[in-house]
Amino acid sequence: MTVEKMPSVFAYAPAPESRSVVDIAPSYGLFIDGEFADAADGKVFKTVSPSSEEVLSEIAQAGAEDVDRAVKAARGAFEKWSALPGSERAKYLFRIARIIQERSRELAVLETLDNGKPIKETRDADLPLVAAHFFYYAGWADKLDHAGFGADPRPLGVAGQVIPWNFPLLMLAWKIAPALATGNTVVLKPAETTPLSALFFADICRQAGLPKGVVNIIPGYGDAGAALVAHPDVNKVAFTGSTAVGKEIARTVAGTRKKLTLELGGKGANIVFDDAPIDQAVEGIVNGIFFNQGQVCCAGSRLLVQESIQEELLESLKRRLSTLRLGDPLDKNTDIGAINSAEQLTRITSLVEQGEAEGAERWSPACELPESGYWFAPTLFTNVTQAHRIARDEIFGPVLSVLTFRTPDEAVAKANNTPYGLSAGIWTEKGSRILAVANKLRAGVVWSNTFNKFDPTSPFGGYKESGFGREGGRHGLEAYLDV
Amino acid sequence: MSDERLSVFKTYKLYVGGKFPRSESGRVYEVTDSKGKWLANAPLSSRKDARDAVVAARKAFGAWSGATAYNRGQVLYRVAEMLEGRRDQFTREVADAEGLSKSKAAAVVDATIDRWVWYAGWTDKIAQVVGGGNPVAGPFFNLSSPEPTGVVAVLAPQESSFLGLVSVLAPVIATGNTAVVVASERSPLPALSLAEVLATSDVPGGVVNVLSGRTAEIATPLASHQDVNAIDLAGADEELAKELEIAAADNLKRVLRPQPVDYAETPGIDRMTAFLETKTVWHPTGSLGASGSSY
Amino acid sequence: MPSTALTAAHPLKDVTTSDSALRRFLHGLPGVDAVGLEGRAASLGTRSIKTTAKAYAIDLAISMVDLTTLEGADTPGKVRALGAKAVHPDPTDRTTPATAAVCVYPDMVTAAKEAVAGSTVKVASVATAFPAGRAALDVKLADVRDAVAAGADEIDMVIDRGAFLAGRYLKVYDEITAVKEACGTSARLKVIFETGELSTYDNIRRASWLGMLAGADFIKTSTGKVAVNATPANTLLMLEAVRDFRAQTGIQVGVKPAGGIRTSKDAIKFLVLVNETVGEDWLDNHWFRFGASSLLNDLLMQRQKLATGRYSGPDYVTVD
Repeated sequence: MTVEKMPSVFAYAPAPESRSVVDIAPSYGLFIDGEFADAADGKVFKTVSPSSEEVLSEIAQAGAEDVDRAVKAARGAFEKWSALPGSERAKYLFRIARIIQERSRELAVLETLDNGKPIKETRDADLPLVAAHFFYYAGWADKLDHAGFGADPRPLGVAGQVIPWNFPLLMLAWKIAPALATGNTVVLKPAETTPLSALFFADICRQAGLPKGVVNIIPGYGDAGAALVAHPDVNKVAFTGSTAVGKEIARTVAGTRKKLTLELGGKGANIVFDDAPIDQAVEGIVNGIFFNQGQVCCAGSRLLVQESIQEELLESLKRRLSTLRLGDPLDKNTDIGAINSAEQLTRITSLVEQGEAEGAERWSPACELPESGYWFAPTLFTNVTQAHRIARDEIFGPVLSVLTFRTPDEAVAKANNTPYGLSAGIWTEKGSRILAVANKLRAGVVWSNTFNKFDPTSPFGGYKESGFGREGGRHGLEAYLDV
Repeated sequence: MSDERLSVFKTYKLYVGGKFPRSESGRVYEVTDSKGKWLANAPLSSRKDARDAVVAARKAFGAWSGATAYNRGQVLYRVAEMLEGRRDQFTREVADAEGLSKSKAAAVVDATIDRWVWYAGWTDKIAQVVGGGNPVAGPFFNLSSPEPTGVVAVLAPQESSFLGLVSVLAPVIATGNTAVVVASERSPLPALSLAEVLATSDVPGGVVNVLSGRTAEIATPLASHQDVNAIDLAGADEELAKELEIAAADNLKRVLRPQPVDYAETPGIDRMTAFLETKTVWHPTGSLGASGSSY
Repeated sequence: MPSTALTAAHPLKDVTTSDSALRRFLHGLPGVDAVGLEGRAASLGTRSIKTTAKAYAIDLAISMVDLTTLEGADTPGKVRALGAKAVHPDPTDRTTPATAAVCVYPDMVTAAKEAVAGSTVKVASVATAFPAGRAALDVKLADVRDAVAAGADEIDMVIDRGAFLAGRYLKVYDEITAVKEACGTSARLKVIFETGELSTYDNIRRASWLGMLAGADFIKTSTGKVAVNATPANTLLMLEAVRDFRAQTGIQVGVKPAGGIRTSKDAIKFLVLVNETVGEDWLDNHWFRFGASSLLNDLLMQRQKLATGRYSGPDYVTVD
């Protein structure tokens, strides 16, 4: 070789997104009836950045009394809001959508700080989807007569909404946009580890001139969520979170007239046949389980691979995993960010230890974890069977369990062998096999030759213990209409 | 001596998995007409009968949900044909059960048969009404289709023993679910006779299973059964409905709460959509670029 | 130079024994999902390459350029100017690396050799009735031999896309092996698929394997003469092919995207593809090239910007 080889490998220099684009106040109140206020009992809690454990802000913590005040505010606003012509409600939602677009960089950085997920994801996935969701439902507000639910479908009243920490602002959008479009008013409780983007959203509501009380945001813990769900003047309950809490909520609303939709856990099977487009399948597997550190209810956490290509696929997968870049979530080149909380990290760690104890084989790429913050290396388990806990329990972390199958029937049987039924993936170049397998899978969303794709027009939700009701699309309106 | 011949009584039985067993408990209870006159002994189903019915319904689910919608429509229409032939029998049973005049009972039976026909026609249309393509912002084909929830426990209305029964049962099976029906406690005979019609039409065994007895006793194990996917509480009172809804939360059954319904009215599609799941399938489309070549 | 041909004993050699065996093999390669492939390429395109990494990438990119002129109007004078620029791309800064090669038509090889004499810069020559490839095999081989005889270090041949699209894979294979033979031991062979004419990603994967089985030292996307030339997606696909080929055979093959890469930003995106698909083994100009002309000036302006902190302008780099 005559040309001199370059001196070093292609090491990417740090490329941090600027934090200065977002201004986080030292403290925030509850957003009730258009005003920020302290909790009735004066309680506060701290929200930290999971990647550094730095305290970001101190947040008023809602209790039962605050829940009641928020529901009253929403009730008070309901009559006027629901009586507005749909075209006027639409314009408020369009305003919100546009302000979100304008402030998207700020919100992306904020979400990354509070949640720990990479800026690449908040910038390229969360925020664009949030704005698109408001934009989509804005357009429905004055077209409800044509949505297939009869003429002049009516709103339900006050919607009590409880959302998780994995996609804080996106889950808010999935809840609030259809609720407002259909003429309901809202009390929303964000998760205790990620309250900030919801509070910034409160400010966006003010900028948009949304009437007071139409949207109320009450950060707090599980007790506030329980009080909201149980409040007698709430007409509609929407929850996204764990299946265990979902069941508790179903019991709470039993015997009432509250309409309920639940979007719960999953243990999605990602089925790779021997004729799959292998390179894209590898990308789909990686995206399926490492997007948002695997803290995704529809994650493809069970890889079902046809035995004949297991070795080849695992080799490709491992090679690909070793290129993942874990670290500072604000760095634009980071693929894997921090786990959202110490508690979640403990849960992941404990399930992974169980997997090892049960005899599954654990593998991770060489991966240096930062010293502060909550981190977990991308992890692969082979030699997993249906009987292992890591093949049954939702881990909600960057942990993939690999199982094998020999025939399409066996793949379907294994994929469906779970109380959950939220998502599934199919990889094959044979069209008829896709359709046959998709038809047999008991899951609300089936991604064939792709994974983890979301769109406001596309209904999302589960079968079986993954919950009921759909969010997104025309179907998503039904949850907020008296039909 | 009289010219009247002594009539032959019918032994009413359960309908489970296409067969007509007695209750495994061996128990029966007296069924009377609206004036208290004894009509027949009906099986008093136990929790084990409920369990057997669920097993039968689950076994039948694969083939029934996998049948073409056109085929399900044909089968349901056949039921209407069979009902028409037994119009007199049902008129008598409904008159007895609900204390109606013969002509009013006949009108109820006619309405019931017409309701079967109405739902028979829905089997191959509901997917077009509630499903469809979604215009996602990307190179993907995206289609949402309704699919049956699975095994549905149906507590038939207590008062409307035949029209009400059919109005809650037909929508469940039209969309491909299988059903375990708990007949009206006081007036189970039209439901048990309907089972005979189903058995002699083309409805596969196990698609509909009919139990008679104490609603609360049968419904409780059904509501907590982990292999039942949904429950229609039409025949439960407020207190029972709440208990059952709480039990149903254990495996997150889809619950249709009791509500005032005028069964004489033409129904909407709600009773069908209550037991349908929406499945959304994505697939990349690729895209044909300006050069006609997309790779 | 490492061996670049399959030994007769290699199991893959069997697949080239007949048209039908070759077809079965090529059609048995894993399919390519277009949306997934493009999605992956786009996602790697969002990598943010800054400061030291950018400086490294720019110098690396300059060293990988096959500085190209393939015009009917080419003259020895034009080629001499190009050669001078390849040797010293930035006359104001002698630390600037030389480009990998100049790429010219066969009748310009002599002029090009003179222009780069004494430097590290290679002379690459297109041949085989470039760019359409529509000539008899004798003519193509004569074209190659001329260029080699004139001193070409590298031959950039085009495949017979007509034969490929008609499914006559063995004809394409035989032609490549014949050209390879004509290259002798002195010239490395780059096989151009004209991916824009192959039209599907599945075809590009098949062509890549076909070329590698036939002994290509490099696989190259395009001639630069059709509407769709190098893209991140088709280059990513070819990188996957050389990666898999080496895993199966131990033979490493280079990749050359050509045509349409005009800015430093684009070039860096391609280097990210290389880095994250095949890694550092391919991160030098023996294994990766850019077929380009205007790209070099943009790289030079970016290089000046990094050195001085000021944005440069076209008057501060040389016209070709």
